[in-house]
Amino acid sequence: MLSFIIRRLAVAIPTLLILVVFSYLIMYAAPGGPFDAERTLPPEVMANLNAKYGLDQPLIVQMWNYVVNVVVHFDFGPSYLYKDQTVNDIINQGFPVTLTYGFWSFVVATIVGMTLGITAAVYHNSWLDYLAVGISIGAQVLPNFVMAPILVLVFTLWLGWLPGGGWQGGQWEYIIMPVIALSTSFMASIARLTRSSMLEVLNANYIRTARAKGLPMRRVIFRHALKPALLPVVSYLGPAFVAMITGSVVIDMYFSTGGIGIFFVNSALNRDYSVIMGITILTGALTILFNLVVDILYACIDPKIRY
Amino acid sequence: MALLDIQDLAVRFQTNDGTVSAVNGVTFKVYEGDTLAIVGESGSGKSQTAFAAIGLLARNGHATGSVKWDGQEILNLPEAKLNKIRSSEIAMIFQDPMTSLNPFMKVSDQMEEVLTLHRGMSRKQARAECVRMLDAVRIPDAAARITMYPHEFSGGMRQRIMIAMSLLCRPRLLIADEPTTALDVTVQAQIMDLLRDIKDEFNTAMILITHDLGIVAGACERTMVMYGGRIMERGPTSEIFASPTHPYTRGLLDAVPRLDRKEDVLPTIPGEPPDMLRGFGGCPFQPRCPLADDLCKTQPPALERISDVRVRACHRSPEEVA
Repeated sequence: MLSFIIRRLAVAIPTLLILVVFSYLIMYAAPGGPFDAERTLPPEVMANLNAKYGLDQPLIVQMWNYVVNVVVHFDFGPSYLYKDQTVNDIINQGFPVTLTYGFWSFVVATIVGMTLGITAAVYHNSWLDYLAVGISIGAQVLPNFVMAPILVLVFTLWLGWLPGGGWQGGQWEYIIMPVIALSTSFMASIARLTRSSMLEVLNANYIRTARAKGLPMRRVIFRHALKPALLPVVSYLGPAFVAMITGSVVIDMYFSTGGIGIFFVNSALNRDYSVIMGITILTGALTILFNLVVDILYACIDPKIRY
Repeated sequence: MALLDIQDLAVRFQTNDGTVSAVNGVTFKVYEGDTLAIVGESGSGKSQTAFAAIGLLARNGHATGSVKWDGQEILNLPEAKLNKIRSSEIAMIFQDPMTSLNPFMKVSDQMEEVLTLHRGMSRKQARAECVRMLDAVRIPDAAARITMYPHEFSGGMRQRIMIAMSLLCRPRLLIADEPTTALDVTVQAQIMDLLRDIKDEFNTAMILITHDLGIVAGACERTMVMYGGRIMERGPTSEIFASPTHPYTRGLLDAVPRLDRKEDVLPTIPGEPPDMLRGFGGCPFQPRCPLADDLCKTQPPALERISDVRVRACHRSPEEVA
């Protein structure tokens, strides 16, 4: 197991390098640059700016310098858009925010989603099943950019219970609405996955054996069916967790939370190369890490899997 | 008094294509220490008869009729009441040992829960009893291997584990649903030997569900032949083998390979098993029966008693079949 983890981490290094190269090439190929404004700058000013940020160098040199800075100094460079901030500053500020609301979204989506899915499967074709399926379809089709303003309308403007936005260092009343808005669609996916995989497991021969042993239904479900039913759900939870903790531009916009979601989109629109690269690498590294976590969980759940 | 008394059992399944009548008017008894073989090809309703008796039908299945266990009606009893009987009085082993044990749980956990639940034993007592039972079904080094997972055992060993697990509470009836079908021939013989020994040792009644007449002869005193969800013929195994009174039994017996005859081609029963969705006006076997006539097409034959111990359902006389 330990050698498996080390092997996988070793493979992660070239994977991330490939990610860097491709992201860099795609950005380079896109028209425009960070200093293209609506008003054309004099060519001398442009040349000075390009020289300051090293954009006048050949592509391969730019890339090499970037990788060296990231690997050796753990420095993702300055932002081209926000004058006084480095990429490290932006991530240090924004990532704790998305990590907080993303983590709670994950917890809510997982608990609610699994509960709905298991209930629906156990009471298959009953009104409970239809209710659970109805809730998850409703949650799936309601996009968060619709969900977010509805939440603000209800809880802020009508009921006045919760602040309409802001972060305030992550006090609980500022977290609730972002968590609801972000978790619903994930919750729906988890519910549907859990339901279908639980239904399949409940038809397995070993479940019939468990019932023939006279075990109460509760024990059949939680001791015999749950583990195998959760395997496909776990493989979804890894990437879903990364997607949630790296935030969402919609959440950051509607609730002014200041997470990295909004920086990511703004940087792409403004060709803020270093910020795009920084957040891409962060997301990539987290994806690799949590896919590894999923594989480790697989081995914990399924005794047939040994690395 | 009969241990298990099944009267006029019918099983129907609601499917998207319509209602499937899997079992129709099945009536039989099993006595203390009895051995009954239920024989028939796939889809004859033999397994569903057993599942219906202990309430293990699929969700879309529904059973009517009467199933009495020890004089008590148990058909369609609530799950909680059936759970008191399952495994502690009526135990079941299944066709495919590869998938009938939970691959995610240790053998010890799967076995011990039977005893902690039905007999209120502590984990420690239960473990000792489970090891003893695994020894009884001849699993070598049981004390050490009980903590292994099912995939670490061979198919034959897994069926032994299933048998040991089913016997933990000393049930009065063991229903073996095609216990050897998924195993290779030499292992089949070992498992059948084991079942015979176990039966004698624990004085357990047994229903052996199978399509293999070859294993019935040495294992069961009585045989019931089913086709299309109905009983075709029932009686002592020796009599059924020596003088079948139903054309279907005759066909099945002819299809068993024999060492004392030189045959190039094994006889088969022509035609297909019936489509249970369509139902049939007359005898279910009539489309494949060499002796069928117009009466067979329109009127289902009733089960008639031809001796103290034998019943049959056929419009033709026993002499004609023989």
